[in-house]
Amino acid sequence: MIQNRSIKARMRTLLIYFIVISLALLCLLPLWNIVAISFSSSAAVSANRVGLIPVQFTTAAYQKIMDDVQFWRSFGISVIRVIIALGLNILLIVLMAYPLSKTKREFRGRNIYIGLLIFAMLFNGGMIPTYLVVKKLGLLNSIWSLILPGAVPIFSVILVMNFFIGIPKSLEEAAIIDGAKPLQVLFRVYIPCAVPSIATVALFSIVGSWNDFYSGLIYITKIKNYPLMTYIQSLSVSIEELLRAGKSATALSNVMEVSNQNLNAAKIVVAVIPLLMIYPILQRYLITGIVMGSVKE
Amino acid sequence: MKTLIKNVKIAKSGAMYHTMMIPGIIFLLIFSYIPMFGIIMAFQDYVPAKGIFCSNFVGLKHFMYMISLPDIAQIVKNTLIIAVGKILIGTFMAIAFSILLNEISKKFLKKTVQTIVYMPHFLSWVVLAAVVVNMFNLDGTINQILVSFGLDKINFMGSNRWFRPLIVGTDVWKEFGYNSVVYLAAITAIDPGLHEAAAIDGASWWRRVINITIPGMLPIILLMAAMSLTSILSAGFDQIYNLYTPMVYETGDVLDTYVYRIGLVGRQYSFATAVGLFKSVIGMILMLTANGLAKKYTDRKIF
Repeated sequence: MIQNRSIKARMRTLLIYFIVISLALLCLLPLWNIVAISFSSSAAVSANRVGLIPVQFTTAAYQKIMDDVQFWRSFGISVIRVIIALGLNILLIVLMAYPLSKTKREFRGRNIYIGLLIFAMLFNGGMIPTYLVVKKLGLLNSIWSLILPGAVPIFSVILVMNFFIGIPKSLEEAAIIDGAKPLQVLFRVYIPCAVPSIATVALFSIVGSWNDFYSGLIYITKIKNYPLMTYIQSLSVSIEELLRAGKSATALSNVMEVSNQNLNAAKIVVAVIPLLMIYPILQRYLITGIVMGSVKE
Repeated sequence: MKTLIKNVKIAKSGAMYHTMMIPGIIFLLIFSYIPMFGIIMAFQDYVPAKGIFCSNFVGLKHFMYMISLPDIAQIVKNTLIIAVGKILIGTFMAIAFSILLNEISKKFLKKTVQTIVYMPHFLSWVVLAAVVVNMFNLDGTINQILVSFGLDKINFMGSNRWFRPLIVGTDVWKEFGYNSVVYLAAITAIDPGLHEAAAIDGASWWRRVINITIPGMLPIILLMAAMSLTSILSAGFDQIYNLYTPMVYETGDVLDTYVYRIGLVGRQYSFATAVGLFKSVIGMILMLTANGLAKKYTDRKIF
């Protein structure tokens, strides 16, 4: 930085630090509040006494979740889904990005494939026709209805393709002179060089499948097959329905049960933990991955 | 002889390349291209029992109906207001934040702040809706603050006046950090010599931001602005679906939520497909325009 440490410059630096830290707190505190609620007694929560520190600290909500069969079932479905989708996505992304990173002369037909991909990115049949295809294939209520329609993330293919294009040609030529075949070139040269972009699309895939509630909402009709986010989303809906359905004693006690705020907060905290564990590991690749891959000159 | 060998080699790897493309293309054909044929439904009175081959063609009936609906004008208006609000305020916040963050010289603090502000982007709206409701409902934190200042409580979630600002505001809150990634990268790419020279000539920090930093970021700003054009008809299904109630359909219903409600919930398959097609076509035109603009003004393109 420029060595101009006048009082004015110092004031400015101080102000900038203040704004930036305030913005960071603005992002953090609402989330932290939910954590505090999840560890507070329900009496303190309904009296709105919980700020950033748990009031009447208790882990009762978490103990209750431990016995919630549907919660863990949905949790398991989401975990399996993320793992299968990640494997399938990365495999298809790499297999497609590599040939597409070749020039038209090296790979005849490249532009036709690119055309197919881009058209599918620009234009789609819409929700109802896609739903009918998934239904016709007999995938409704199966975990595959959550995975297969999104098997090829086109944007990610283009991102990795652009990254591959940026890798120096001489590396590949050297490998070919040493006798490497296309698949060996891909696995020994390209993939190791493209770790940042592959980590980035892996993060997109994990975050996308873990957070998606929409597919579950559309393709899954049995609550026992809900992925976690659809299950959590359905909780808030069922509160409304129960309230509308009437005020019978059982309905009301159900409402009490479901609208138990600290229990819901604890569910949300548990639902976020897997992402918070993976995100810092992959985050360091994010910037290189996005910036190098997203645009081409 | 040598060229012959070379040609054989290219042909061989060509076959290899085609094989590598096959699995992905199959998935695309099944889940992207076959549904495109389903668009025929928009021109039929689709009856599930008859399928798209036997249902009656009705021409543009559903499109005419769509245009005649008073709902649709309101819904397009909601979609545009919410999307444009998100793009304008979101871009401004991301640019401003990246300029400020770049001034932070303490590396540890900078990294910590980055990790925190990117975080909401990676959380689902299902989760964040709970956070937003917790902040903005009648007994929520914001209303407690209003009361402590002696003001009246505001029913943010159920008021047609406040719902759109709430949607725009919370989306900006979720995304500004993550969106600042590209701008921060653009700032780092600016030649520091320019700043030094300007500082020696006596330019203030503010002057240098206006005359060096922002012009240096301009290509990326234009590119991102062009790209955001494409999302102008998707005001964010996940967010709105998780936050709205029938009370705020008037100002909060957007094309995506409308298609979901009348299509899947209301089972008007043909009409919903017509609305979806309308959105798809306009979206495609916008995307092509954006790519053209980006190519013309920034020498970069999206695809």
